[in-house]
Amino acid sequence: MKFFHLIWCNLRRKKLRTSLTLLSIIVAFILFGFLSAIQQALVGGVALAGADRLVVREKVSIINLLPVSYEARMDRIPGVDFATHQTWFGGIYQDPKNFFMQNPVEPEKFLKMHPEIILPPDEEKAWLATRTGAIVGRRTAERFGWKIGDKVPIQSTIWTLPDGSRTWTFDIVGIYDGKDKGTDTTPMFFGYDYFDEGRQQWGKGQVGWYTIRIKDPSQAAEVAKRVDAEFENSPHETKTEPEGAFIQGWAAQIGNIVFIVAAILSAVFFTILLVTGNTMAQAVRERTGELGVLKAIGFTNAQVVALVLAESCLLTVIGGAVGLGLTRAITPVVAQQLAGLLPLFFLPTRDLVIGLGLSIALGLVTGFFPALQAMRLRVADALRRM
Amino acid sequence: MSEDQSNHGALVQVGRVGKVFHRGSEDIHVLADLSMQVPAGEFLALMGPSGSGKTTLLNLIGGLDRPTNGTVSVAGENIDQLSDRALAAWRARHVGFVFQLYNLMPVLTAERNVELPLLLTHLSRAERQKHVETALAMVGLSHRAKHYPRTLSGGEQQRVGIARGIVTDPTLLLCDEPTGDLDRKAGDEILNLLQSLNREHGKTIIMVTHDPHASARAARTLHLDKGQLSAGA
Repeated sequence: MKFFHLIWCNLRRKKLRTSLTLLSIIVAFILFGFLSAIQQALVGGVALAGADRLVVREKVSIINLLPVSYEARMDRIPGVDFATHQTWFGGIYQDPKNFFMQNPVEPEKFLKMHPEIILPPDEEKAWLATRTGAIVGRRTAERFGWKIGDKVPIQSTIWTLPDGSRTWTFDIVGIYDGKDKGTDTTPMFFGYDYFDEGRQQWGKGQVGWYTIRIKDPSQAAEVAKRVDAEFENSPHETKTEPEGAFIQGWAAQIGNIVFIVAAILSAVFFTILLVTGNTMAQAVRERTGELGVLKAIGFTNAQVVALVLAESCLLTVIGGAVGLGLTRAITPVVAQQLAGLLPLFFLPTRDLVIGLGLSIALGLVTGFFPALQAMRLRVADALRRM
Repeated sequence: MSEDQSNHGALVQVGRVGKVFHRGSEDIHVLADLSMQVPAGEFLALMGPSGSGKTTLLNLIGGLDRPTNGTVSVAGENIDQLSDRALAAWRARHVGFVFQLYNLMPVLTAERNVELPLLLTHLSRAERQKHVETALAMVGLSHRAKHYPRTLSGGEQQRVGIARGIVTDPTLLLCDEPTGDLDRKAGDEILNLLQSLNREHGKTIIMVTHDPHASARAARTLHLDKGQLSAGA
């Protein structure tokens, strides 16, 4: 700590140069933070996916429906605990920009299948008892100011009522929370019976996809094969996969998110590496004589190396901390705007820690060659360059 | 009188030292077979024309460079045998440097410049501050402690440089042209200060200079020419 004053003063020596370098580091880490948040939003659900859950969809495309009668057949397949279904409703609230997910489900089985959804017992009871009842996640309830007892009109982009209208009315009977921070609390769920009876002839008796709870997660691959074998050569063949792979498949429609993020960040950090490295190299070059003085008065080579590395690390850690801090502060605001499209948009603590680690690594790498240069300085030569 | 007897009491002993620099394929012999002794408490001036090897000799005595051959011993320790790390630690303990161009850190105040050598000790912050105040008081600059070098005159900067050189109470104070960049008045003040450090505080001082006026303040003057001490050394 006693050297901090010296390191700090050296960093402030060329204020404009340091500020510009710092700014570029901050921007790089804001980008890192936002890309991490996007990645979290797109593939973060994979980590939270139930290891004991499989998703069964129509083999050709998820937009093709499956018969509701498959559920009973799935329940009989060895290794399956139970199955339940969901269907994409595709509704908007008042305005197209107010898009969010709503799915008709079998309430009792749905809650049993998804223990990560926390619903108070009295609200669960009300949902099971109310045909038009719907439960909504806390984020969407707060976004639209909904409370229990509200009647909510949702306009479906797919499903038409017998009178030709597409506006469905639901009674909000429960507001659920997520067990973990990563649990998506934007969707709304309502009873399949109300949905199936209400919709026009098209699609009746059909559902979007199934979720299966398996008895032994280690048998997931075998059970998935059995499920697909059960419906082989039928008009609606199936594709069964672990829930994590299913979520990843959704994200993969955009592309290989992890690769895209890694590629962008590699380019950004390589540039930052050059910018910061150049700043540090210049700083050391300009200070050759002063480094010679430090060595003359007794600083060892190791101490001089440590001073240079500490300076570069201080620069990158300040930049990283400010950039990540700003991202952490801004993402909730952005997440509000993207609630319907990217419900899990936030900077995870894991990525925050990785970012800080990255900032230290950046400091060490950019300071390495200038530090080496400082270490190799011969005192007598350096003093001649004052 | 034997060699041992003649060296008895010498703080600095330079024995048959040679120093060769290599420039391309050319060997430049800066010092050749040079021997000298400096007793503790002496104020010695090293004089000679440019390129005579004064600064090189000072660097060897201060452990900033190593001789090509011969030995350099200070307070009984053969410093030419020390590793780089041990030599750095030795410099921190035993040597104070005063440079012609002051060599202060422009980003640090006078007191923080003086404190630099103390950062290598185990002293607490309060103890370091006390030492800094004492050193600045000795050079008469207590009132300029919070000033940055750019706001100080040349003479004041050199006094800060001397305070930095003496703050650890080193065995030896090595001054390389300490008045070379100062006008006569400021130079005299610095020489008065060095004389006072020698006479009143018993500091052993070796000063390189090409100025006879400065060397006249020293108790003894050695003349270097072409890497060798002239007669009378």
